[in-house]
Amino acid sequence: MPESKHIVRAYDEELQTLNELIGRMGGLAEVQIDNAIRAVFEHDTVLAKEVARSDSQVDEMEAEINALALKLLALRQPMAIDLRYILSALRIASDLERIADHAENMCRRGAALEVEPKASAVAGIKRLGKLVLAMLKDVLDASLAGDVDKAVEVWLRDEEVDELYGSLFREYLTYMMENPRNIGSYTTLLFVAKNVERIGDHVTNIAETIYFRVKAKPLKDSLPNRDETTGESD
Amino acid sequence: MLQTQTSSLSYAHQTVEETPSKVSARGVNVFYGAKQALFDVDLDVPVNHVTALIGPSGCGKSTFLRCINRMNDVVEICRVEGDIRLDEGDIYDLDVVELRARVGMVFQKPNPFPKTIFDNVAYGPRIHGLASNRDEVEEIVFTSLEKAGLLKEVRDRLSEPGTSLSGGQQQRLCIARAIAVNPEVILMDEPCSALDPIATARIEELIDELRQIYTIVIVTHSMQQAARVSQRTAFLHLGELVEVGNTEDIFTNPRDERTQGYITGRFG
Repeated sequence: MPESKHIVRAYDEELQTLNELIGRMGGLAEVQIDNAIRAVFEHDTVLAKEVARSDSQVDEMEAEINALALKLLALRQPMAIDLRYILSALRIASDLERIADHAENMCRRGAALEVEPKASAVAGIKRLGKLVLAMLKDVLDASLAGDVDKAVEVWLRDEEVDELYGSLFREYLTYMMENPRNIGSYTTLLFVAKNVERIGDHVTNIAETIYFRVKAKPLKDSLPNRDETTGESD
Repeated sequence: MLQTQTSSLSYAHQTVEETPSKVSARGVNVFYGAKQALFDVDLDVPVNHVTALIGPSGCGKSTFLRCINRMNDVVEICRVEGDIRLDEGDIYDLDVVELRARVGMVFQKPNPFPKTIFDNVAYGPRIHGLASNRDEVEEIVFTSLEKAGLLKEVRDRLSEPGTSLSGGQQQRLCIARAIAVNPEVILMDEPCSALDPIATARIEELIDELRQIYTIVIVTHSMQQAARVSQRTAFLHLGELVEVGNTEDIFTNPRDERTQGYITGRFG
């Protein structure tokens, strides 16, 4: 938010509340990813249930953010930076909600693992998870500080996620071809990895939203096109 | 409301960039005695578009508006410097009566003459000799009331005093009076500030229709109104033209910090 204050103090307080809600929702999404990865690979069914339970909390927070944003739009008639700020909050909340959904999906997929996968296969997904989690942390920091450079830096790191996902895909395919009995487990793992990769896409969406919020123009117009074969976009 | 006969020459559907200027101001300085109210203002008003002047009280927006039809001439201590052109002609080369017929004005508070509804509208065409007989006067009155979206409401009460109308109707009567002399530009100085939201919406709808034919400059304190009715917005602050641009850009992504501060309510 800009440094200078609104004449109407309540307006600033409401925007501040919106900011805090996004921060809390982001924190919750981080915990969900962390827990989901642990639940899958430590076969922790209690933790998996916790992830499922917490997902409704994330949904509730999204509803709270939507309601506050709607109220601000209706009552404050925001303009310029304020308008972008509120629209951005709506978009970021939506991405965080999808991120939490992917975390829940990971747990659901993970519960279907039949054969213990190879340690290297697990390590790959964990690395992917760590990478995405770090990106989410950074993008949330960038959001809080309105730090465009940091948002762009996160956006660029998604390429690494896509590459890592691509290499995991090839690795799992090899295991499946080696032994058809592995197909079930590695397909499951592939779904888990895909969920993590999708989280990365939502993180880049958030980075783009931050850029738009601060600069009032799309990030994609300002960067060279990335190789479209490396990943999907939302 | 009005069945607009859009002239094939209207620039209403062109972008601001493609539209020639109806009024061009260059280096306008205005002084009230020793106090300078406007500093070196350059502004182009595109034809068949609505240009909104916004800014805090005392920023000079009404002063600028009143320069365009030389209303400041009647203020004894007021001195206007600079070049203001209507089409290509210097407004100071024109007869002031002719200028004010070409550049009409609608004020903040509806100010109908203490005359009948009919005579309020007929007054201008009569004194400017735009009609030679009663039938022609009638035609102008009816057309003007129709254009101002008021005819349906007053058709049966044309001989009643203008002041018997509601505030919103009075303001539309003043607009009818302004367009009766067939102006090219209509200046509006906070035309809705004394009106309720429904009457305001009617005037705003009317403004959008009128711009097919006329060029409109509106001073407003309501930024939402500026956003709703204008295609071009100029922000003035402390007598200086801070920023002018397409309305959409001014309200979504102003370039100047002061504009941003004003439109987001960050300073008084």
